Amino acid sequence: MPLGLLKYGFSKRHPAPRALPPRPDLKDSYDVVIVGGGGHGLAAAYYLSKYHGITNIAVIDKGYLAGGNTARNTAIIRSNYLTPEGVRFYDESVRLYQGLSNEFDFNILYSERGHLTLAHTDASLRTMRWRAEVNQHCGVDSELIFPDEIAKLAPSLNLSRDVRHPILGALHHKPGAIARHDAVAWGYAIGAASRGVELHTRTEVTGFGIEGGAVTSVVTDRGTVRCGAVLQAVAGSSSRVAALAGFKLPIRTVPLQACVSQPLKPFLDPIVVSGSLHCYISQSSRGELVMGGSVDPYSLYQQRSTLDFKEGLMANMLELFPFLSGVKLLRQWAGIADMTPDFSPVMGETPIRNYWLDSGWGTWGFKATPVCGKRMAETIAIGKAPDILDPFRLDRFERFDLVGEGGAASVGH
Amino acid sequence: MLQIACPHCGPRDENEFSCGGEAHIARPKQPDAISDAEWADYLFMRTNPKGALAERWCHTVGCRRWFNVERDTVTHTILRVYAMGAPRGGGGGA
Ligand SMILES: Cc1cc2nc3c(=O)[nH]c(=O)nc-3n(C[C@H](O)[C@H](O)[C@H](O)COP(=O)(O)OP(=O)(O)OC[C@H]3O[C@@H](n4cnc5c(N)ncnc54)[C@H](O)[C@@H]3O)c2cc1C
Ligand SMILES: [Zn+2]
Repeated sequence: MPLGLLKYGFSKRHPAPRALPPRPDLKDSYDVVIVGGGGHGLAAAYYLSKYHGITNIAVIDKGYLAGGNTARNTAIIRSNYLTPEGVRFYDESVRLYQGLSNEFDFNILYSERGHLTLAHTDASLRTMRWRAEVNQHCGVDSELIFPDEIAKLAPSLNLSRDVRHPILGALHHKPGAIARHDAVAWGYAIGAASRGVELHTRTEVTGFGIEGGAVTSVVTDRGTVRCGAVLQAVAGSSSRVAALAGFKLPIRTVPLQACVSQPLKPFLDPIVVSGSLHCYISQSSRGELVMGGSVDPYSLYQQRSTLDFKEGLMANMLELFPFLSGVKLLRQWAGIADMTPDFSPVMGETPIRNYWLDSGWGTWGFKATPVCGKRMAETIAIGKAPDILDPFRLDRFERFDLVGEGGAASVGH
Repeated sequence: MLQIACPHCGPRDENEFSCGGEAHIARPKQPDAISDAEWADYLFMRTNPKGALAERWCHTVGCRRWFNVERDTVTHTILRVYAMGAPRGGGGGA
């Protein structure tokens, strides 16, 4: 039981939140420089400082703390993927998430809702059955259910057969959850900063010093620092930063849009996803409906929202929940997703020694924040990626050993 | 939504077209003679530029013909439309 939470709950004058220290001057040298202060970079700093005794770390971000995709995602956490490599990896993350409020002594509003992936065709029913089998084989709770059971879990869902894409069944993944994404980043940031990690926001990395095939320094717009190792965790900017270090990635940067409605009384427990209709929806703890679809059809480094996205999304959403036609949208936005050819991340070694990579998070990386932070920290501390990360290494592309993650597919959540 | 000037049909809305990804990626002439890394570079590695990007587009629900577009991936403006097979040339602007 997180005692801090209990005290907060019982206190009349709610205690002031713990603040992050102000930005210090850059030192000459760090053991580890982490490029990218999103959830992933902050988590790696946290696990390095808490579990590996490495505290001489700078986390460098060109913007404000965790203002990239960490601030823009729809916060869905699940492990019902299709490949055993993926299921194993994301399952470790779900388990870490379940204990994260305790670990931080700080509430991340982790809310286990159950996750329904709807099937509208025989072909997708078959895929759901396949995913359920792979999941169960890996010890993950997933099963195929049919409209009578779906109706109990989501009574407001339109289960009529008199629609264009009737719902035939669903993959039900009970551990599916949402959390407050900003709180996840803050929890890691506070934990890392309290152990001596420096957070350098509004600082852009513009180059690297490389000697004898190893990274030795990081160039920023506030000066150059020497470093023992670098972790690159910059999501949509992955190709750009890798190019500064002199290597290429199999990544394209593509916008992913989302929106939320005005708040409504709680009526929707599970997270509902339809791959065929390219839409998904969940209800936040504030009552807002959080909705999204598939990525934009071309690459773009822009965080704009478009009318065609919302029109396309709502056309399908209204088939699932017709009464939403009277509900207003409150906010809309986009993030820039680092998409890979096989819908799996790219982590671990790079062609440059002591330069570690955490990328290829596309539309699916929020749920991986804890496992990735923990395992990348281990990689940096030991100098070698552990088994669980091995399938996702960069050189899988030249070994033609891809991890085709059909469980991410068009609606990658 | 973009307006794209199809070289055959004239300006039309973006949703009549589909984007076919980066242009001018030449298939290696002798696949057997190159290394796995070179082949992977052709298949998977992309420059993913922040700025001018040359792409192939198809007027899917119009004339169904392919052509090249140079687009800025920051401002999302179209810099140039040119025929399939024509060299990229021109650079930005144009
Ligand atoms: C709309 C949307 C919905 C999503 N929904 C989900 C979901 O439901 N579930 C899920 O699991 N995932 C989801 N994702 C994906 C998820 O948000 C990301 O994969 C994840 O947040 C990536 O975290 P990160 O820390 O790697 O990247 P980010 O949070 O993007 O952090 C990268 C940081 O790097 C910094 N940076 C970049 N270049 C430089 C430089 N040169 N110098 C210094 N700093 C630099 C940026 O400023 C940024 O803060 C969604 C994404 C979007 C856009
Ligand atoms: Zn045409």
